[in-house]
Parts: sequence; structure tokens; C-alpha cells
Amino acid sequence: MTDELDVSEHLPTTEDPVLPPPLAALAEAFADATIEDSATGQHVIRVPAAHLVEFAQAARDGGFEMFVDLTAVDYYRQRPGPRFDVVIVLVSLRHNLRLRVLVGVDGDVPAAPSITGVYMGANFYEREVFDLFGIDFTGHPDLTRIMLPDDWEGHPLRKDHPVGSVPIQFRDTHKVQ
Amino acid sequence: MSEDVTIDEGTGVDESVSPPSASERRQLHDMWAAGTEEPAWVVDSTSEGAQLMLPRDQASPGEVAEEGGTLVTDDRLYDDEQYEEETTILNMGPQHPSTHGVLRLQLELEGEIVRRVKPVIGYLHTGMEKTGETLTFLQGPTNVTRMDYLAPFHNELCFSLATEALLGVDLPPRAVAIRVLMTELNRVSSHLMWVATQGMDLGAVSMMIYGIRERELLQAFFEKTTGLRMNHNYIRPGGVAADLPDGWEEDVAGIIEKTPKGLDDYHDLLTHNPIFLGRTQGVGVITPEECFAYGITGPPLRAAGVDWDLRKSQPYSGIEEYDFDVPLGENGDVYDRYLVRMEEMRQSLRIVAQVAESMPAGDYRTEDLKVTPPPRKRIDESMEALIHHFKIFTEGFKVPAGEHYQAIEGPRGELGHYVVSVGEAKPWRLHCRTPSFAAVQALPVLMADQLIADSVAIIASMDPVLGDVDR
Repeated sequence: MTDELDVSEHLPTTEDPVLPPPLAALAEAFADATIEDSATGQHVIRVPAAHLVEFAQAARDGGFEMFVDLTAVDYYRQRPGPRFDVVIVLVSLRHNLRLRVLVGVDGDVPAAPSITGVYMGANFYEREVFDLFGIDFTGHPDLTRIMLPDDWEGHPLRKDHPVGSVPIQFRDTHKVQ
Repeated sequence: MSEDVTIDEGTGVDESVSPPSASERRQLHDMWAAGTEEPAWVVDSTSEGAQLMLPRDQASPGEVAEEGGTLVTDDRLYDDEQYEEETTILNMGPQHPSTHGVLRLQLELEGEIVRRVKPVIGYLHTGMEKTGETLTFLQGPTNVTRMDYLAPFHNELCFSLATEALLGVDLPPRAVAIRVLMTELNRVSSHLMWVATQGMDLGAVSMMIYGIRERELLQAFFEKTTGLRMNHNYIRPGGVAADLPDGWEEDVAGIIEKTPKGLDDYHDLLTHNPIFLGRTQGVGVITPEECFAYGITGPPLRAAGVDWDLRKSQPYSGIEEYDFDVPLGENGDVYDRYLVRMEEMRQSLRIVAQVAESMPAGDYRTEDLKVTPPPRKRIDESMEALIHHFKIFTEGFKVPAGEHYQAIEGPRGELGHYVVSVGEAKPWRLHCRTPSFAAVQALPVLMADQLIADSVAIIASMDPVLGDVDR
């Protein structure tokens, strides 16, 4: 049949996914940011730590006005490259979009720039990641532990932090038992 | 005081000091109780060190702005110079009935006006995200259901949806409908608990009794369905744990009939009550810009007039098939948050009525044998079925590698579970983005320049659950 519709051109192709305009603009503005494939079709972009603050600024001005989440993942002995990923979730209400920003950080004392100057809500989230992963956020106004006591040793959400048989570290336990 | 009792003035652990004997501890306690000598160790052991609020002359400008809630919009009514000398730092909590759990707030007061606020959290931190890494995907809901203990179904649903997205399983329509039914009922029960505590914090103690009275209907239904009144572990990856009990139609019909009558009573008691209006209108105002910056979602965001409900904008679990309205406020104060939540309960009951009417027949969990154990009857007949059952409950099922952030509209706002799998039966990383954490962070914005008496109204209006904050 000659009048059969050719549907192939209407189907989305994996090689060239159509990016929503705000995200495409961001990807274009930051040449070293890479769009990552997500197994479940979510929008993921990887940004180098050096350009995170400018990227956050551009994202906020480009429509992603709401800060939603900041956390980290420890890929200890799971992959080559940086050990930690800082994961930021931003939402654009105008465009009804959700964007996940990944920032790889590495080293004994991993450090990432703080985005509290752009999204104030990152404050407690960065303190939590500092507390539980030991990632230093440079430029944070008040980077102290938030979940654990001030004199706690170690960062429990790291994969090389042992589970179980850890001595109780609370202050003064040797005096008031 | 005997000579051999050592009081360590420092904060470090001194290995040379041996633990005190029982009699020494007793002595120390008596001394503390009598108050005859300065009990230095008691003061030390309640100090959170660098996490505490510093006096104004020692704090950095960034900290002062953060604790004063002026980072986004500088809505400060007073001049800093004016009364710098006259401030007091007051500690509120963690053992305070109006902080809804173990929330500690440090308030800098000038007379009765709160100038700076610093929330100190972590008293309920039990490392649930780390625990989640040691449990299989099937055991996961048992863990997450304990986070926000007033909205357990939402936690379970969020975790299950994230797992299913990575697994790629499809659910039968009845499982999806049961999930919508239970989560919307849970939204009502959570909001009822909120209206009860909000009323009590404002001095309307009978509201506590009324709210609990209506909530009891829902709790009884949850108990009948899941066997438990909280921490249900009912919604699991692959469906729900059990079918709805016999006679659920009548129970749900009773809830739909009786709960709105209770809501009418609350409206009569509170909505036009001059004392309630005076305590709530214009109190604890948050603007949409501040909500965006601090990640405030849910009823507080909608009370500020922003039409954003994930059930409408990014629907999940078949919620888009049902009709409901999203109530909006205008001023973003405590009163508007009250009105929004009151209307949300009616809208949730509307959804529940539609679900109950159109409940599809069929299976209540997926037929994908990878995640669903064989039926009980098959285990008696087949060795393979027994092995299959055993393997699912001991090893669990492997989830393909990948990461997924699932967001749903919980009663307190956006609840997000970020699950990272590396192809094993346990998640490599489980992170829970909880609405209460963002709400506690924004307390300085809401409370600065308000009266100290209003602080309890503001905390209650943000509805934080401290199990959800600390995890």
C-alpha cells in the first residue's frame, strides 16, 4: 500500500532525544555539561564542580525556580572516576519540568562549591551531606553537623563506614552511663 | 563531694578517667538535683557545640541573615541597631509539647518578639537511609513507613513506585486503585491529626479530641485492612500486601458520610472564631519566592497562592483518572494554610468516593513472578513454588541498575525517594526527600519578627513530623 503512514519519523529516537527548551538552552550554554541517559526517562545533566554555581544561577534564571533536593551517593568501588556524586533536584513550575543535576567529586576530603548563594534552601541539605558523607561545601555560611552530635567521628553514609560494632560516641558516656 | 569524683570540664573523651561507679553517679545526680554546686557536666552534655546559635556579636553576617529569615526577601520590620543590647537567647525544646516531637529551637528574643531562630535537629536521627541500604527492596517499605509516621502509606507508595520504575513491572488496575484509596484516606487522617494539634496549640483543647475522634474512623479502617494502626507495610513493590477486607464498601461509605460532618463542626468552631482569626490571620506569612527558594511544597505553597500539586502536574499511580480540585490560598499565612488543608480533606474524600465506586475487580498484586511470591495453595503442591517463595523472602529480587527519583504529593508536600540500584537485591542508596525537613529549615523565615506566642501556631501550621525531618 502506498498511502500507508510512515510512523517512524514520529517516534522518539534514542540517539536524538528531544530536550525541552529550558534544558536544551542550559546544555547549550554549558559546553562541559553532559546530558545523561536515565533508565526511567528522567532529565539528568552532569555538571563539573567548577561550574556548578554558574550553572545553578543559569538554571534558576532559565526557569528552574524551585530547589527541591540535594543529596549525595557514594559509588565506592563501583565505578571508575569520581567516588561521590552530589545530586541536586530542581523543578520548574512554569515548564512543569524536573531536572536532576549530578556533580562528581573525589578525594579524601571531597569538596564541591556551595549553591546556597543561588538557592537558599540548599543550606540544611548541604549540612546534611557534609555531616553524613563528609563532602565539604566551599562557601557555605555555616557548615556544621546537623544530624549527628558535634563531636561525632566519621561520616556514616559512606560505604566504607562499618555498620554495627561501632562504639557509642555520644559525649560524656564514660561519665553518665 | 568526695575527692575521687572527677568532673571533666573539657569536651574531649579523656581515656585516663575511669567510668564512675554507681555510688559516684548517684552522688553526682544528688548534687545536680539539690543544685548546691554548679553541675558543669549536665550543661556540657546538653550542648550541641557549633550547631547552636551564637550571640549576635560572634555570629557571621551570613548566619544572622539566615537565622533572621531575611535571605530571600528582607521583610524585617525593625532596625538592627535599635535593640542589639536587649536580646535574650531562649531555648525551646527538644522536650516541648508544641514542637511536635523532638525539635529544638533557639530563639533570640527582644521582649516578646522573636528576632532570630535556629532550629537544631537530629535528636530522632536513626540512620534510616543507611538502614535502607541493608534491607532488600521487598523489606524497604517496612523501613520507610516509619519515617513520616502520620503518612505511612505515602512513604510506602513512593518507595514502591521508585522500585517499580526501575523494575519495569506493570500493576493490575485493582492494585493501583487500592493504593489511591489508601493514600487519599491517609491524607485525610494526617490532616485530621494536624487540625487537632493546630487547635490545641492555639488553646482550643477540644479540637484535639474532635480531630482524634474523626481520625479514629480512618485508623480503624487501616487496622482492619492492614492489621496495624501505623507502620502498615501494606503497599509493597508489585502491588499491595493483601486485598481489601470484606465489608470495606460499608466502612468507606461510613467514612465518607461521617468525616465531612466532623469537618463542618470544625468550621463552626474555628473558621469564624474571633480568637482563632486573631491568632492566625497575618501570622507566619511566607511568599511564593521564599517557598521556591526553600523548597516549601504542599499546602504551605498552595496557601501562598501557587497552583502546584503533583497529583495534577506530574501525576502518578493513576491519580489523574479522578476528579478533584486543588484549593488555593492568597496570603500564605497560618489561616490560609488552615483553609487549604480543610478543603483538601474534602477533595480527598471526593477521590475516595470515586475510587470506591469504580473499584476494578482482579488481582491486587502484579502477576510478574519475579516480584510476586506464588499463592499459598501452590506451595503445598509444588516444590518449585516453595523454593520460589523462599528465595523471594530471603534473597529478594534483583532490581536492574539505574537510579530513579520518584516524587509524590504527600500530605506535607513533595515526598521524593531517590533510589540507586546497582543490579542487586538491595538498593545501593536510598535517599528520602522529606517535606518536613524543608519546612523546619524555613522556620526562621516564618517566625522572625513575630510574637513568641505565635511561634507555636507557626510550627503547627507547617505540620512537621520529626521522624520525617531526622530520618
